[in-house]
Amino acid sequence: MFAAENGLKGDPRLEAISAAIRVVPNFPKKGIMFQDITTLLLDHKAFKHTIDIFVDRYKDMQISVVAGVEARGFMFGPPIALAIGAKFVPLRKPGKLPGKVISESYELEYGHDRLEMHVDAVEPLERVIIIDDLVATGGTLSAAISLMESQGAEVVECACVIGLPEVKGQHKLKGKPLYVLVEPSGLDEFC
Amino acid sequence: MAPAGKEDGQDPRIPKIASSIRVIPDFPKPGIMFQDITTLLLDTEAFRDTIDIFVERYKGKDISVVAGVEARGFIFGPPIALAIGAKFVPMRKPKKLPGEVISVEYSLEYGTDTMEMHVGAVEPGERAIVIDDLIATGGTLAAAIRLLERVGVEIVECACVIELPELKGREKLGEAPLFILVTSDAA
Repeated sequence: MFAAENGLKGDPRLEAISAAIRVVPNFPKKGIMFQDITTLLLDHKAFKHTIDIFVDRYKDMQISVVAGVEARGFMFGPPIALAIGAKFVPLRKPGKLPGKVISESYELEYGHDRLEMHVDAVEPLERVIIIDDLVATGGTLSAAISLMESQGAEVVECACVIGLPEVKGQHKLKGKPLYVLVEPSGLDEFC
Repeated sequence: MAPAGKEDGQDPRIPKIASSIRVIPDFPKPGIMFQDITTLLLDTEAFRDTIDIFVERYKGKDISVVAGVEARGFIFGPPIALAIGAKFVPMRKPKKLPGEVISVEYSLEYGTDTMEMHVGAVEPGERAIVIDDLIATGGTLAAAIRLLERVGVEIVECACVIELPELKGREKLGEAPLFILVTSDAA
């Protein structure tokens, strides 16, 4: 669900976060209005607000694992993990993790890709949140959820800074709750 | 693995950090002993200590930029940036950054690669540290330094968790000092 509908209505931090995100038209291809979080990372206050909101939400939920999706999930996950005392687990493209891995494939617009995790990263019954910068179709997050569940871990929630219109009204992903801070900026029409 | 330490005696947090790093033989190819920091990230105390050591070193030194090299530099850089009040600037592989970029080509063992940074991410006169998990040959860090210096940024220091000193990466960093927590053998 969106943060504004869930306890943070009118919170000025959400506006600051939204304003700090740059829209880059026609990237990676024509018609896409790319939501660029690098400008959020340049705005120390807004970046801190982003982390603080997630930390406030998760710090008392007995979360022992924060999993972040390569590569932009790596920028948001570790600060949250450190603040709530959880492990950080990177979920990576194939061939990057050096140890024994499990993998899950997911659909792209054309073709598919795979997400990998080290087999010893999470234990059964651990409570997990999965972080990425943005959720569009939810394909990547679904693959991440499958990886966690294959190890017997419980995904408590998926959390993203930005949620595209496709996910509005759809509060769950593979039955798991989805928490999103802001909608995309600067969209007239999303392709 | 021989832990590094401060000049005035080893920081007592270092041995635990060093022992939390897993070595994977023959990855990505035979003969390489890969330093796997993912196990450090699973050790909440070791990860906390790693970040604390860097933050203690760089806080209050007027550093406004923490540049992190893709992808493992993205894990260590942001927590440091947040704690010291600096911007985080990702230094990325080609075609990942959506806006206008400047780029630099650098050598790999076989062939070359390209590193990019967004135009406008940093300004002349800013003071920066450059973060990566590990320094081996120093090629990647040297490329990051070149990009930042091209825009007039002052490199205060490069900081890595691990150094492989046999590969002499320090020599590629020019005037930039290097701070590391742990040293290890390359192979």
